[in-house]
Amino acid sequence: MLRGVLGKTFRLVGYTIQYGCIAHCAFEYVGGVVMCSGPSMEPTIQNSDIVFAENLSRHFYGIQRGDIVIAKSPSDPKSNICKRVIGLEGDKILTNSPSDFFKSHSYVPTGHVWLEGDNLQNSTDSRYYGPIPYGLIRGRIFFKIWPLSDFGFLRDSPNGHRFSDD
Amino acid sequence: MAQSQGWVRRYAKAFCKGFFVAVPVAVTFLDRVACVARVEGASMQPSLNPGGSQSSDVVLLNHWKVRNFEVQRGDIVSLVQQEASVEGPRATFQASKSRKQLSGFLRQAGVRTELEPAPNRKADSAVESRSPARALNKLRSPKNPEQKIIKRVIALEGDIVKTIGHKNRYVKVPRGHIWVEGDHHGHSFDSNSFGPVSLGLLHAHATHILWPPERWQKLESALPPERLPVQREEE
Repeated sequence: MLRGVLGKTFRLVGYTIQYGCIAHCAFEYVGGVVMCSGPSMEPTIQNSDIVFAENLSRHFYGIQRGDIVIAKSPSDPKSNICKRVIGLEGDKILTNSPSDFFKSHSYVPTGHVWLEGDNLQNSTDSRYYGPIPYGLIRGRIFFKIWPLSDFGFLRDSPNGHRFSDD
Repeated sequence: MAQSQGWVRRYAKAFCKGFFVAVPVAVTFLDRVACVARVEGASMQPSLNPGGSQSSDVVLLNHWKVRNFEVQRGDIVSLVQQEASVEGPRATFQASKSRKQLSGFLRQAGVRTELEPAPNRKADSAVESRSPARALNKLRSPKNPEQKIIKRVIALEGDIVKTIGHKNRYVKVPRGHIWVEGDHHGHSFDSNSFGPVSLGLLHAHATHILWPPERWQKLESALPPERLPVQREEE
């Protein structure tokens, strides 16, 4: 009787650990479902849309210009940000914030990326805190599953003029 | 015949089952709890690798301790390398003249890296041309080919530190960042070169030296007295 209960408990704990570890590996290395909140990526991603994120291209250094990525916030490691990659290392980018009158250019340092939200008027991004290290990128968002009316791959950036010409 | 086939099938089944249990559990353990790594380079002398280039210590990296990104001044931590950024994380976009020159210099480095097969080395040498005596202290973990660096935490967010050879004499560490330095001043590629580091790049806390056996010891969390922050963040 007691042995039966003990065996059942052990089995339950074992299965919990096993599936927890499998879940960790999946979320860490393959990808998962993420809910985005905040207005900074409108109109591509609305508030509380549900999207697929994959982490493989980060591990194989396959992040490209125009991809939407999830990254750890540089000022708060516990929160994540969701932005579009505007420039990779060595790219020339426009750095003027909305309040600036003059245009200014800058180059993204080695090992960094330049992130901006699609909603340029309402986004805290690299124009505010500078380029962020590649190591902070968690994954790439490429597919929207909710709302169903917008089901499918994500659209290209509405701010094409922000990309560097060369 | 049929019996031996059944035996093979049973064996394969058991093997697969064990495989699917063991691999995720091991990976999760190495990611979340602890792993070991070999330290290369001289930038943490005398705490690590005191024998110069011949010796290389193996350290225990505790991930569990930093799961909430909590570190103390004086801790030895490993970080994901943010490559040779001559400027701090928030520096480039504030365009001053000298910085513009620097970013032009960086762009050249960047352009060259596109042509050269070894981008990291090129970028490092770009920095080394500015300060020739710098050496990277690398950690190579067998699981993850991504470079890690191992350094001592000197200051936490909000502290004001007196820098050694940084472009600003005093730096206030921004929110969510730490200031890290190697123990071997002048031979270390650390925050004095690339500025404050975001806590999101924190990888693990180095707690023990495991190998060689005669060097087995706990790594003390000690801040050199001359490197105390000029002003601590008000509690």
